[in-house]
This record gives sequence, C-alpha cells and structure tokens, in this order.
Amino acid sequence: MAVKTVIEAIREGMDEEMARDESVFLIGEDVGNRGGVFLASDGLYKKYGELRVIDSPLAESCIIGVAIGAAVNGMRPIAEIQFADFIAPAMNQIIQEAARFSYRTAGDFNLPMVIRAPWGGGVHGALYHSQSIEATFGHIPGLKVVAPGTPADAKGLLKAAVRDPDPVLYLEHKRTYRLVKGDVPTGDHVVPIGKADVKREGKDLTMIAYGLMLTYCLEAAEKLAAEGVSAEVLDLRTIKPIDQAAIVATARKTGKVLVVHEDNRFAGIAAEVMAIIMENAFDALDAPVMRLTGPDVPAMPFNHVLEDAFMPNVEKILAKAKELAAY
Amino acid sequence: MASVKMPQLGESITEGTIGKWLKQPGDQVKKYEGLVEIITDKVNAEVPAPLAGILKEIKVKEGTTVTVGTEIAVIEESMPATAAPTRPAPTATTEAVPSTPVGEGQGGGATTRLSPAVRALIEEHRITDAELSRIEGSGIGGRISKKDVEDFVAKRAQPATANGEQRQTAASLAATPAATPGTTIPLSPMRRAIATNMLKSKQTIPHAWTVAEVDMTNVVRFRQKAKDSFKLREGIDLTFVPIIVKAVVEGLKAVPVLNASWSEQGVVLHQDINIGVAVSVDDGLIVPVVHQADRMSISGLAKAIDDLAKRARAGKLGIPDVQGGTFTVNNPGTFGTILSYSIIAPPQAGILAMDAIVKRPVVVEGDAIAVRSMMNLCLSFDHRVLDGVSAARFLQGVRRWLEGFSEQVPLY
Amino acid sequence: MALKAAQVEAKGGQSRHQSLGLSDEQALRIYEVMRLARAVDERMWLINRQGRAPFVISCQGQEGAQVGTAAALRPGYDWVAPYYRDAGVVLWFGMTARDQMLSFFARREDPNSGGRQMPGHFGSRKLHIVTGGSPVATQLLHAAGVALASKQRKEDAVTAVYFGEGSTSQGDTHEAMNFAAIHKLAVVFICENNGYAISVPQSRQMAIANVADRAVGYGFPGVVVDGNDVLACYEVARQAVQRARRGEGPTLIEVKTYRFTAHSSDDDDKRYRKAEEVAIWRQKDPIQRYAGYLRDAGTLTDQREAEITHRVTVQVDEATEYAEQAPDPTPDDLATFVYKQEIRG
Repeated sequence: MAVKTVIEAIREGMDEEMARDESVFLIGEDVGNRGGVFLASDGLYKKYGELRVIDSPLAESCIIGVAIGAAVNGMRPIAEIQFADFIAPAMNQIIQEAARFSYRTAGDFNLPMVIRAPWGGGVHGALYHSQSIEATFGHIPGLKVVAPGTPADAKGLLKAAVRDPDPVLYLEHKRTYRLVKGDVPTGDHVVPIGKADVKREGKDLTMIAYGLMLTYCLEAAEKLAAEGVSAEVLDLRTIKPIDQAAIVATARKTGKVLVVHEDNRFAGIAAEVMAIIMENAFDALDAPVMRLTGPDVPAMPFNHVLEDAFMPNVEKILAKAKELAAY
Repeated sequence: MASVKMPQLGESITEGTIGKWLKQPGDQVKKYEGLVEIITDKVNAEVPAPLAGILKEIKVKEGTTVTVGTEIAVIEESMPATAAPTRPAPTATTEAVPSTPVGEGQGGGATTRLSPAVRALIEEHRITDAELSRIEGSGIGGRISKKDVEDFVAKRAQPATANGEQRQTAASLAATPAATPGTTIPLSPMRRAIATNMLKSKQTIPHAWTVAEVDMTNVVRFRQKAKDSFKLREGIDLTFVPIIVKAVVEGLKAVPVLNASWSEQGVVLHQDINIGVAVSVDDGLIVPVVHQADRMSISGLAKAIDDLAKRARAGKLGIPDVQGGTFTVNNPGTFGTILSYSIIAPPQAGILAMDAIVKRPVVVEGDAIAVRSMMNLCLSFDHRVLDGVSAARFLQGVRRWLEGFSEQVPLY
Repeated sequence: MALKAAQVEAKGGQSRHQSLGLSDEQALRIYEVMRLARAVDERMWLINRQGRAPFVISCQGQEGAQVGTAAALRPGYDWVAPYYRDAGVVLWFGMTARDQMLSFFARREDPNSGGRQMPGHFGSRKLHIVTGGSPVATQLLHAAGVALASKQRKEDAVTAVYFGEGSTSQGDTHEAMNFAAIHKLAVVFICENNGYAISVPQSRQMAIANVADRAVGYGFPGVVVDGNDVLACYEVARQAVQRARRGEGPTLIEVKTYRFTAHSSDDDDKRYRKAEEVAIWRQKDPIQRYAGYLRDAGTLTDQREAEITHRVTVQVDEATEYAEQAPDPTPDDLATFVYKQEIRG
C-alpha cells in the first residue's frame, strides 16, 4: 500500500497498462511533450515514444474517430478529451459510431477503447471547465461509464477500462486530482466495472454518490455520526452498467436514501437511482428517496459566490441528510 | 494590517511552496509589485502584492509548503483609502436545489400514515392495532418511523411486563398445542368442559347481541398518566380491565336485570355482583370470579383480577374461585379484534366483550373531526331475560361512565 | 493542383491491362465483379419495386470506379472503409451476392449486421471491411485510425476509404485528411464524385471544381481520374497504394463518375436532374466501356462473356432465393451484442 493522489494513481495506471500491453497507447491534446495539462501523462512520452503517446491536433472528433479506427485494427487506445466540456464535437463519433459498433455488427466488431475526460467543478473553472457529462453518456446503450472518487478506485478502474473490450468513458473529477489522497494497493490492482462500493457502513440512512461528492458525503457522515445518526455511504464508482444490486441492498437495509451529485437535477443520475429503488425496494422504504443535486442552470459560473451556490457541499449534504434522518 | 494568503495558482491546485521572498520585512511594497515566488507542481509564479504598504511580517519561510489560503505574510497598509478591496464575506451557503416540497411533509400528519418499511415490520412482528396506537412516532408530525417500530419490538420482547397494556403474554400464545396438519389433537378435560358448556349455552339460551362504541380517550390518557405511579405503589400493572369492570358494575347497578338468571319461575335478580373475568390459559379458557365486585375500588379490582389471573395460569384456582359468577367480562381485544360475539356462561344473563382500543377519526362536538381512542363493547344477552332496550341502556350506562372518566374518579 | 491521370496507353504489344501488371484472368475478374455488382443491384430494384423489400441504395454507374480502385488493394490484408454505395468495393473484398441479398432482406444471417442495419451498411472484420453507419464521413477518421495502428504495429497494410463528394463538406473529412497527412499514414482517400449529394449538385456543395484540389492544402497529392475508365482508376489507385506502402503518406483520388439511379429507392431524381443528362452518362456506362476494351484486347470472347453472364445470373438467382427464404431475426435478438462483454448489475 502507498498513499497517492488521484492524479498519481491515474498516471500510474496508464503507465502500468502501457508497460503491460504494447497495444495500449494514449492520444489527446498536449498529452505528449507537456505531459497533459494536469500532468496526468507526465513522463509517459519520454518513456513510450511518439507512436504511443500522440499529441493530437485540436480536433475532438479526430481524437475519437482515430481511436475508433485504431481499435478496429488491434490497438487499445486511451483517447483523452482535455475537458469533459469539450467533448461535444466528438458526440457523433462517440454516440453514433463507438457506442454502436458492436450492436450494429451483431458482435462482429468491438472497440476496446477508453475515453478519459476530466470533469466536475469546484476549481473556478466556470461554465466550460466544470461540467458533468455522466448522465448524457450513461444514457447511451453500448457505452460503459465510470467515475472513480478515490485514488485506489481511479487506478483500478482505469486498468479495468483499458482491459475492457467495449468503449469506456472514464470520468476523472479534476477537483479530486490533488485533493483526494488515499491508499492504493501495490501490484496489479484492478477494480471491476459495474460494482459499487460501500465506503462506509451505517444503518440509519444511506448516501449514494460518486466523484467529488463521495468525499463530501463521507465528511458529512462523520458529522452525522457525532449526532447519533449512522449513515451508510455507497460509492457508485460505475455509472453504467449501474450496480443495481448494491443500490437495492442498501435501500433495503436503511430504508432512507439520499442521492448526491453535482450534475444538473433534471434527468441526472439520481433520477435513475431513485427509479431503481422505487421499482425494487419500495416495500422497504421508510421515507421517500431524496436527492441533492446541482441546479438546472447551464453550468456553474466563474464567480465564487455563484459557484458555491451551484455546488453541493458538506454543509448542504449534512442538512439534507438530517432532514432525511428526521423524516 | 492586511493578510496575504497562499493563492490558488491553477485548477486543482491545493497547496504551494514558498520559493523566494522578493521583499523583506520593513520594505516598502507597491501594489502589484512582485512580493514572492510560489512553486506548485503545475505552475511556478511570481505573486504580486495585493496592496501598497510596508511588509510587516513573513509568516512562512522559503521552502515551506502550505495549503491554499494559509496566511503567508502581513502588510501594513500605507494608503487606507485605496486598501485592497476586501472580498464580500461569503454568503451563508444557500440551500442547494430546494427539493420539491411535495415529496416531504406528506409523511407527516396523521400517525396512521405508515411507510412500506413500517408496514412490513408490523406484519413481521404481528403488531396489533392496539399496540400500534401506543407507539410514539418520532418522525415528522408524529410519524411512526422504522426505528420507532424496531424500538417497540425490542421492548416488547422483554419478558417482564413493563407495560400495563392489556396484552396476552407471549407464553400463553406459544402454549397453544402446536397443531400439525394431518393429525388429531386428543381432547383434554378442559376442552371437553368448554365444549359441553358452550353447547349447552347455545342450545338453551337465545342469544341476542348488541354493540356500543366507546370513546376511551379519557381513560387512555388517565391510565397513561397514572400507570407508573400505580405500579410503583401497588406492585402490579394498571390495565384497562379493572376500569372496565368498574364501569360494568356501575352499569349493572343501573340495569339490574342483566345481573340475573332465567328460571321457569321467573327472572332471578342476584343480590351480589360477582364478575367473572375470562382468562386464557394453556389449553383453553377459564373464568375466575371476582366476588362482590361492587364493593371494590378500581385498585381493589385490579388487585383481585391480577391475583386470580396469576393463579389461573399457575393452575392454582379453587372451586369457589370459579363459582357464583353473575356476569362475565371478556377481553378479546388483546388480539386486536374490534367486534366479538361471546357466548353467555349459563346461568348468567349476559357477557360483555371489550374489544381493542383503536385510534380512529371521529366527529366530535361542533362537527369537528378528531382522532380518538375508540373501543367497542359487545354485549351478548339472554333474550328471555331482557330485551334490547335494557341491553342498550346498560351499555349506555357503561359507556357514559367510561367516557366521563377523569382524574376525579377515585382509584381507591 | 491535382494531376489528371493520363490515358494508360498500350505499351509495346501488351494490352493496356497487361502493361499495368494485370493478367487476363485478373482483368476478367474485375469485369465479372462489376457485372455481378450491377446484376445484384438490378435485382434489388425489381424486388423493391414489387414491394417486397423496403430499401435499395445503388452502385449503378459507379462500378468501374469502385472495382477498378479496389483491385489495387489486397483483400484480407489491406483495409477498406466503404460508404453505402460501394457494393462493387465490398464484392471485390470478398462479400458475395448472397451476403448482399441477406442484407437486402435484413435477415438474421446478414453478415454485416444480422438484419439490424439498412442495406449498404457494410461491415466484416474477417474481410477487413470497416463497419459503416449512416452519418457520413465518420469513416474517414476511422480509416486514419486503422492506418495509424498499422504504423504503430509496423505493418504495411494500406487502408482505402471511400466517400462521396458531399461527405467532403463534413468536418470529419478535414480532420481525417489533416491527421493522416501529419503522420504520413498509409491511407488512400477515394472520393467518388458523382455530381450529386442526393439532389444537391456539386456547385452547391463546394466552390471548387475538383475535390482533389484540396489535397495540396493538407500536404499530400491529389489526383483526378475518369471514374468510368476502369484501368485508369486501377492505375492511380495502384500508385497511391504503393506510395502509402512506402511510407510516403496519403493520396486523395477523385474519381469523376455518375450515379445512374436516384439516390435510393426513396428518392425521385426527376425532381432535380434531367433524363437527358442521365442518358448521356448511361452511354458512358463503365461496364460496357470496359467490355468493349476487353473484347478489343481479345481477352473477352463471346464464350467467356456467356460464361460470366451465366455465373452472374446463377449467383444472383441463388442468392435471391436463399435470402428470400432465410429466417428473420426474432425478438430475442433485439438486445444482444449491446456490449461485447455484458456486465449485469
């Protein structure tokens, strides 16, 4: 075990996968010489060379389209989109092409590719460096979507994503890059896609979260414990395929659930989680399922007052959890 | 004095290292003049002074790493008029998205609203309506939560009768011989005796049946308040039974024809009021008698009934204990039934069943609706001896006595 | 600017095709595949007009450009990313008349998609045909990616990508050509310019006369060629493929050709072009033109012609009958292969 930050864990994950498998390569803007604008690929260019760490032109559709072609021809590309906010030009390639290769060929083709994208707010990134995209892509059949919140999960899920035979959207929360530190097991640590994780056990209520909100919920759980409320925290880790069994199990266990995400409210992932609970655990509910989300505004603004008003934080989570506990 | 803090030099940066101080304490500093060089793992930058003045104190030495927001220096402002504009104090964190009020609050209101989890627990633990009505809800608006039920079940499981509720001990329930489908249970003497009596009663006495609904709220409230001190003083529980029996006694005084027996010679009105109180035992029912119940206070009745019940379950009743009853009171409400048709014990003329006390919405004075604790009194009577009118008057008397219950009623 | 491919002249007693390195058998094979493509297509129109199948999208008129260029590649080794009109290309690369008809009837056995895609959405991993969807021009980036992988793995496979002139308006075309040029990828960009993107004429699609003129802007050669001259198409494609194999990077080949039918069975081309125009181009039918050449060269005899016609007819009839009777997919087939590796939560 060693303590790492999320960004270190991601870098190590890529390094280890590239060392392990020659077909793995990285393509994206600034990933080569500069090592990535967040230094996620620092050192990899020097180690693996220009054919395996490729500085792409400023063209997102190109990054993804080329990755698709390379995956067709036996490679395992990791395509980096510099900020999740900039993924839109690649929508056609991701949704109409990558997500459908297997289905439209009845399994003849499959694309073992990873699309990495830093997402999320709390970094004064304003409207175009803070967005959440997990609901948009989680909605598309044929894609897998993961969103780790800890260094161990970041490394483990990246490895799983690289080894997965299907296209995986790997969402790394930029605020967690250096903020969240944790133990990362040594050796070939792989976290399976599709498995949520109870990060904290409890019995009075459950908080379900991922990404940065996981860290905030764990903090809120500590404060709740001091007030005699035992909160369970379930880290989804994978958005799609979502771990339905884990969600249902915790809902049945506590009967009170709060889903937290910073994404806009309408048709966000919380809505899906709530539907799953309603369909499968209605008889065990002791209160309506609640959610705490970002508001339905186009993105979080630059000014800190507005950004703070947008983002869920520990205090807001605590207040909502107490409301749930008292129901 | 103005505080200089470690700035956040880039997205996701959480800390920085002091590289080199460009000014020393005592130096004049112009606004925007280079003050210090900061090193982070993404960006190295020269940080300008936020205001003009004299650098008073360096708080963090070169080479030290501190988190963003830590105070690194203090500058004494020299031109107060153009002091660095202070940032507005962060507004109190406003509510994150207000969740639709529709979802909340609904759960409050009547304590009869039960969540699916609570309903499941009720079923699993066989909680009666009567018991449910006694559970205090700790949720919004008095809502009974899962926790409330779980706590109740834990308390109920304790063998000592901590509550003075009218409840069957778990023991007596479990004592019922296990009925295995496909087998024949041999008849015990008690079962034979009950069978004979019941048959005889039904064959010889024309049963009529009538019900009165009683608002027990006052009694319930009184008992809630008094039970603990009663228990302390008397060493036994104050259940509803002695209170009901007292009411029945008053009722019988007013309508003596129910405290009577049929004979070919005429209706025999009994002198004493001996109330039989049905007790459930291992393999059946036994009805010990409280003799001259009309001479007892509620407390006295409580003691007598408690003593008889204990001896009945222990199998230690004597013949006089079960003879001479003139009227019987039955308590099926422990099992949650709301209406019961009891069979008269010959040669008596009537039997009163007190069913479960259930919280119901009822119309009260002024046509308002209130939640009250309601109980049905079901009277089976010998129609040879009396008619419906007398039966109704008797019930009315009992009812009024109970509904008018207050602290004024003496326990002793 | 783009080069105009010179008429390939016969050299020193050799026939034209021989001087290009093609044997008689190979030359005839090209002819047969063109004939097959046309025959399958005509049969599809018949069946569609009978109301027995909902959709046809034709290759008619472009067989010369398609088979001529495809013949310069090595099926099974090189890669091809065709667009929906490229029946000639995929038949050269190993698809059969039966495969085409199964796709036409959207049967379960359809090798491209199991009946999930419309006809013309070709794909076969085994045959190195990259699967295509309906959004146009996405395949140019895929081709660049395929070629990138070849470079990374130090293989000399070449990737040919086909597209109409309409697709060149899409951003993906620009991005793909740019990327392939930067990295000198072994891609042959083949633009089948038939003058119309459904109904929109070239003059409304671009301000220039030749798509190939753009190549210089990306830093690689562009060539314009008469798309209905099979051997000319073969020659330029062969040169482009050799360039690519030598590591010299991409080439943009623009074949000028014409679409005899409407865009698809859902289109009425009388609304936007004159019958006279179509008639003129039918006289330049690449199949007849090539047949004429082959007869002149003594390679195509009456007997061989009859044999080819017979083979083609038999294949088309057999394919039709087989596909007509082949089973449809069932509702149970709806949700399979969403992922290669399903994970149940």
